[in-house]
Parts: sequence; structure tokens; C-alpha cells
Amino acid sequence: MDESTLAYRRNRETGTNDHSDKDLLRFITCGSVDDGKSTLIGRLLYETQLVYEDTLEQLEADSKRFGTQGDSIDFALLVDGLSAEREQGITIDVAYRYFSTKRRMFIVADTPGHEQYTRNMVTGASTADLALILLDATKGVLTQTRRHSYIVRLLGIKRVVLVVNKFDLTDYSEEVFESIKDSYQTFAEEIGLEEVHYIPVSALLGENLVQRSERTPWYGGPSLLEYLETVEVTNESADLPFRMPVQWVNRSSSDFRGFSGSIVAGRVRPGDRVSVQPSGRGATVKRIVTADGDLPEGVSGQAVTLTFDEELDVSRGDVLAAESEPLLVTDRIQAQLVWMSENEMLPGRPYLMKLGSKTVTISFEPPRYVTNINTLEHLAARTLTLNSIGVCHIAVESPIAFDPYSVCRDTGGFIVIDRLTFETVAAGMIEFGLRRADNIHWQQFEVSNASRSQLMGHGSGVVWMTGLSGAGKSTIANLLERKLYSQGVHTYILDGDNVRHGLNKDLGFTDADRVENIRRVAEVARLMSDAGLVVVVSFISPFQAERNMARSLLPEGKFVEVYVDVPLEVAESRDPKGLYRKARAGQLPHFTGIDSRYEVPENPEVRLDTTKMDPAAAVEQLAEALASLGII
Amino acid sequence: MTDNLTHLQRLEAESIHIIREAVAEAERPVMLYSIGKDSSALLHLAQKAFYPAKPPFPLLHVDTTWKFKEMYTFRDAIPEKTGMELRVHRNQYCIDNNINPFDHGSAMHTDLWKTEGLKQALQIGKFDLAFGGARRDEEKSRAKERIFSVRSTAQRWDPKAQRPELWKLYNGKLAPGQSLRVFPLSNWTELDVWQYIKLEGIEIVPLYLAAPRPVVNRDGVLIMVDDDRFPLEPGEVPEMLSVRFRTLGCYPLTGAVQSEAMSIDEIVEELLSASTSERQGRVIDHDSSGSMERKRQDGYF
Repeated sequence: MDESTLAYRRNRETGTNDHSDKDLLRFITCGSVDDGKSTLIGRLLYETQLVYEDTLEQLEADSKRFGTQGDSIDFALLVDGLSAEREQGITIDVAYRYFSTKRRMFIVADTPGHEQYTRNMVTGASTADLALILLDATKGVLTQTRRHSYIVRLLGIKRVVLVVNKFDLTDYSEEVFESIKDSYQTFAEEIGLEEVHYIPVSALLGENLVQRSERTPWYGGPSLLEYLETVEVTNESADLPFRMPVQWVNRSSSDFRGFSGSIVAGRVRPGDRVSVQPSGRGATVKRIVTADGDLPEGVSGQAVTLTFDEELDVSRGDVLAAESEPLLVTDRIQAQLVWMSENEMLPGRPYLMKLGSKTVTISFEPPRYVTNINTLEHLAARTLTLNSIGVCHIAVESPIAFDPYSVCRDTGGFIVIDRLTFETVAAGMIEFGLRRADNIHWQQFEVSNASRSQLMGHGSGVVWMTGLSGAGKSTIANLLERKLYSQGVHTYILDGDNVRHGLNKDLGFTDADRVENIRRVAEVARLMSDAGLVVVVSFISPFQAERNMARSLLPEGKFVEVYVDVPLEVAESRDPKGLYRKARAGQLPHFTGIDSRYEVPENPEVRLDTTKMDPAAAVEQLAEALASLGII
Repeated sequence: MTDNLTHLQRLEAESIHIIREAVAEAERPVMLYSIGKDSSALLHLAQKAFYPAKPPFPLLHVDTTWKFKEMYTFRDAIPEKTGMELRVHRNQYCIDNNINPFDHGSAMHTDLWKTEGLKQALQIGKFDLAFGGARRDEEKSRAKERIFSVRSTAQRWDPKAQRPELWKLYNGKLAPGQSLRVFPLSNWTELDVWQYIKLEGIEIVPLYLAAPRPVVNRDGVLIMVDDDRFPLEPGEVPEMLSVRFRTLGCYPLTGAVQSEAMSIDEIVEELLSASTSERQGRVIDHDSSGSMERKRQDGYF
């Protein structure tokens, strides 16, 4: 341990024992494996914290086993956690570290710099007040430096420190520092980073890390730790209009009804008028309840429970907002998206969005563009894949209340959740609401579906037959239509193969195209059903989410999901069109059942087991079901 | 009133936010209660989160029958103090086979009583979400643990299957067979917990404070002889020393530190000049490097 470290610790030990009134700074570190990032964080932890003897013993043992610094202590090992990655010598996820000084507690999000781990950096940046961007002084501003800076800007971090590391290798040259500073400054202005601070350091030797270095007399600025300790962190969100997403309705007794949540912006006092959004009803705040007693004022960052003067219908997912400055409400938005899943985005398919405490169903339009984060160029794309960043229009099932992300992170940032696997597949930042949905009014006509049915003499609806290729969907559809025709029912069959010859001939067989295929067919089926027909759709339609989407387009009771059930072996042995043979030979990629999955319907109205009954019996069962549903 | 909250106020608000969010999204939540200081802080936060109502979930203690006597006394008073239901689970297999750390070793003892016991208890209660008091600063492999940590059907932790956590948004949706562990104290350090306990006047088991207690030295670790199940060497007499505990677990597996710290202030003082981490007193951690990560993959907290 060197003199300066000892001095620092002594200073710390003589400091006040009561650390309960410190403030908190959360920062993210970005840089590649080679920039010495782990060494820098390890060294900060080592020099500010009392690194315990047992931890140190472990560190010395690990340094000999895994270290890259010969017999010296490898500080990087203090922060490299999981054994798998330790052996690979890289960091593969977001890790959080904690250290504190007399003035401040620090939470560090340590994220790796590889291109494929954009999602980790975005995750770490989402909660950071400040970003440390590391670069290697001998290499200067690289593509990855730009990439990290772009992400930091995208996530709205206002304070950035460019840490010019390995400065010992440039002989502490002022010229090198100035030239890096100039080239980065130009780039920072280009992407809109306003506040950048530059510090030359050597993490390995501890120069300008805790103490100011004597080797850089021309620098004259604070050491990295001094900077982190003194940079002003004000609660900026306190100056915004009041916002509180409701998490929980607290009914502790019949006469207590409070609304619990975290204030994410602004402040609130008893007597303030607030608006419940998206409904827009107004109310007057009565009390700000906490376990420590009622507060005279609640401010951004606090978790509280509000009560109102009057009875109010508020539920989880609503946002309480300053009545004079409400949020925006819309059902279509434009957002920046960062895709975080191995499964690419499927435009048109329903997903869940969680914004504040509200979860709603959404669907994406194909991206307007994706951003190449190395060149910042905008490129055309049909979908988003893992780690891609793009701008999309999003249709929301019911109106949401939001602020643009640039105004408030917590009312403008959202996650996207897959409806089947429930994995978090994307992070989004709302740019603005789109008014288009408001401008296309739904024309109301006087002749309704019910009056058309009266004229037809029967009900209408969609019989959606799903199942593997070769299950017998077309055979059953054909027999069903003949039977209905003979009973005087007006029908039409939409067949998967036939539709692909016309309406959908521009679509291929990727997951994205299949979703669009289904969407169009579902829309056509809806129109025909509304016109009074009984529409029989015969489509493999392998994904539950798309079948649910089709169902959601139709009124309750008008969508009949029919699962034509057959084991894969049986369908494959029938192989009426020779398709399984081709698929097995590798000539038909994405073939359902072979190399693309089929999701068995969760709750079909009708299940036809074609191994147990012949097509005629299946049609009988189906016709009975349609009659009992009032469709025929 | 200043707009800038202190770091403890921010940590408290974050934990309350997490607890409310988890309970709102879960169907059958439960809070694991281990009787230790972190559990005490967590329980206190849960009470604050739902004040003036009581937390809408039960507490669950996965017992090993080998905890300190004072821990059981403290635990048994909890239902009356909080008005909450406390469930206690003991692995029947361990009772039947008298599993203990002396005959079966610390690893098997912990695995069967705690890891297996916890899985059983969660299954019996059909709990889809369990709060735990783990902190990321406790151990290196925990630094990457999520706040909402998804477990597979077998309660296993898969580092690659964890969901990214952004802003204040937590994804509490579960596929069939999945369950969640939620760690509201993730961002707290040991020092934060002690300062919070002091600030809020939270009750803790007296074992955390120094007192004369009968101990024996086993391989450099001071073990308290808490009952007559402890196998003493022939002629061995426990020594009365002023000791306290930095963590609490099964008494034969928990090392004491010699200390005169009789108040929380003194503990904080001691902590600031301490030279070993709190886990050093846990016999189980010393098996091998990376041992916590393996235990966690198996479902241990």
C-alpha cells in the first residue's frame, strides 16, 4: 500500500462516523476489456474501501492463478465475478459495485464493451446519473468509444467523464491528451453530449485516480475520485411537474383508501389538485401518508401513499399528475427501441409493454430505421434483432399516459415483454405521441352486422382451423363448406396456399412474414364476417400469439378456434403434398413441425382428433359446435 | 426540506418500490425470514411499504433446528409484534435422519436442511414469489444477481436466463413452472444495513452485540457452545469470552468475533475499522473459490 493510499484511509478513518447523511451517486463505466476498466474499478474499490484481509488473501491467490500482472496484485480480479467468465478473461453481464467515501455512497454499474452486449450497457445506463467512458490513451478515440458515447446519449445521461487511461504509456504527454480531447469534443457535440469532463489517468499505477498525479502538472484538474465526490448531483426531477404511477391501492380498513407509489417527478402537497391519468378525472390531495407520519410535502424519489378528499376510482397502472400539467395521452407512439432478445421483433405480433406500473398490449410497425451505432447512419430494416437500436411506431391497445423520455425517464421509458416466454425483449424510450389514430375516424354506418345476418338468415363468424400441414384442415374445410352450402349458409374458405398465390404473394416464410401473412388473413376474415358470411380459415397458423391477435379482431363469440389435432409422425406419414420429405431433405427451411415450432392451442373452442375420427365425423362435431355457438 | 434525499432515504424508497411492485405482480408472495439483521431490515421495510395496512403476505422460516437458542426466542415473538403469519418449515428427511453438521459436514447439512428445505417449503405453500434479504455486496458472484431473479421449475438459477432490469421497471411475469426470488436489499451494503437499523431503531437478535459467551476454538474459528449437542473433546471446557456475531446461521457453523461492541454505534465503529469481511465467519464459504455461485445455481439463496 503506498503513502497516498494510507493517507487517504487515515483521513477517512478520522472522519465522522455517522454516514447516514451522505448522498448517492450512481454511475456507469463503459470501455472494452483492453481499456483497463476492471483494473480501474478494482483500484477504486481497493483504495477507497477497506479491502478486507480475507478478500485480499483470496485476491492474491486468484492473482497467481488467473492474473495478468505476474506476481503483482491484479485489481481486475476484485471485480470479475462469475467463474465462467473469469476463465474466459472477460466480463459478460452488468455487475453492480458499491463503495463509499466520507461524502458519498457510490453505486457503479460495470458493463462490458463488446458490441454484442449493447443490452448490458443500456441496462446499466438506465439508472446512472453519470457515465465514465474509458479509452486507451495509446489508441485514442475508437469506434467503440463512439458507440459507448452514443448509448450514453441515447439513455439521456447528461454528465460524462472521458477517462483517458494508460496515460503512463504516453509518457504523460500533454499533446496526446489535448489531441484526444479535441477529437472527442467534436464528436460529443455532434451527438449532443453537453457536459464532458476529461481526466488523464493510469489505473494500473494509480495516477490521478485518488490523488492528483505529479506527472501531469499541466492538467490541473481534480483526480477521478475527487471529481466523483464533488460533481453536483441535484435532484433535477424535483423541478418537473408532479408524477406518480400508482403501484398499489392500500385499503387497511374500511375508512382508509390510499394510493401507493413512488414519486418519479415533481412534488406534491396536501390541497394540490391532481389528475388521474389516462382518464383525466381530477381530485384534491388530502394526506401524504408514510410510516414515519404524514408529510407536509412529497418530493421526487420518495415512496408514499396519497389519500384524496373524495371517493376516487384509481387503480394500479394509473398515473397521478399535476392537474395543470398533465401527461400526454395517446394510443400510438414513436419510440427508440433497443432489442435485447435472441428472437427478432415480429411487427404486427402482440407484445406487452410495461410503462411505469401499467402493462398493456402493443404491436410494432416495421422499424422506420435502425441506427448503425458505429457510424450513426440510419439504415432501412424490416425488423430489429439482438442489440439493434431503431425507431418504431407502436400501436397501443388502450390509451396510455406518458411524457417524452427526454423529459422524464420514469414516465417515458418502458420495457417490452414477450407474451409467451415473458422474457424482457426490448427497452424503449418514447419520443412523441402520434395523432394519426385520432384523425382516422371510424365511420359509423346504419346497416350493421346484425341486420345483415337477419337478411342472410344465419349468424356470421370465423372458423379458424389450425394444425400441422397434412392434419386434414383443407379436407375438413371442404366438407364443412359443402354441408353448410346445402343448408343455405353463405360461406367462404380462406385457404393458406390459395391466399399466398394472390393477396400474400409478396410474403416469404420467415417468422416476420408469417405474422404479416396471418394479420392480413385475419383482417380479410373480419371484413367478410362483418359482411355476414361464415368464413372458414384453413391455415397452419403455428403461433398462439397470432391466433390470439386474429381473435382480438373479432367480437366475442365470433371467433371459433378449431385445433385439427394430429401427431407429427402421422402427418408426416400422410405427406399429401410431399412437403415433409422436402423439409427433411433440407429443401424447405422454416417448415412447421420440422425446424419451426408449432404451438398447440391453449383453449380452442373445438379440438378434432383426426386419428380417432374420419373427416365426415369431424365435420359433424364441428357443425354441432357452430350451432351451439349460434353461428349457424 | 431539501430536495436531495440522503443515500439511506434513497435506498429505503427503492426497496419499498420493489416490495410494492413485487406484491402487485405476484399471486402468492412470501417473505423468507432468517432471523438475521438483513431479515429484520427487510421486514421493517415491508411494514413501511404497506403502512397503515399489514404486509399482505406471510413470513417463512426455513429451519434447521441448529440455530442459536436466542434466535428461536426472537423468531417466536415476531407474529405477535408484527401481526403477520409466520410459517416454519423443517425438512422431514433431515429430522428422520438426524442430519447435523458434525456427522454429515457443513456442505451436506446446509444443502439438505436449507437448500432442499427451501424448495420443499415453496412448493408446499405454492408460492410464486419469495422475498430474500440477499445483498449484492455480500459476495462477488452476487454482484450480477438481478433484483427480480427468475427460477426454473427446479428452483435453479441460470445466469444466462436472467432478464435485463432497466429504470424502475421489473418484469414479474412468469411462465408455467417459473418462480421469482426478489431481493429488495440488493443495493444495500453491510454498513448501510447497520446504519439503517440504528436510525430506525429496528430490533435485532442480541447475539449481534458483544457479551460473555462460552466458545471453543475450532481451526482458528471461535464456535459458541449453545447447547449439549456440541461434541466437546474429552476434558475440553468452553472458554468464556466477550464475543459477538456478524452474521447468524446454524450455531456450529457460525464463527464469533472477539469484540466489546455492546451498542449499534460501536458495531458501526468496529465495522469501519474491520479487516475481514462478514462472510469470513461462515464456515460454508471456505470450501472453494466460486462455491457461492454453485450453491446459488442449485437454489441456495
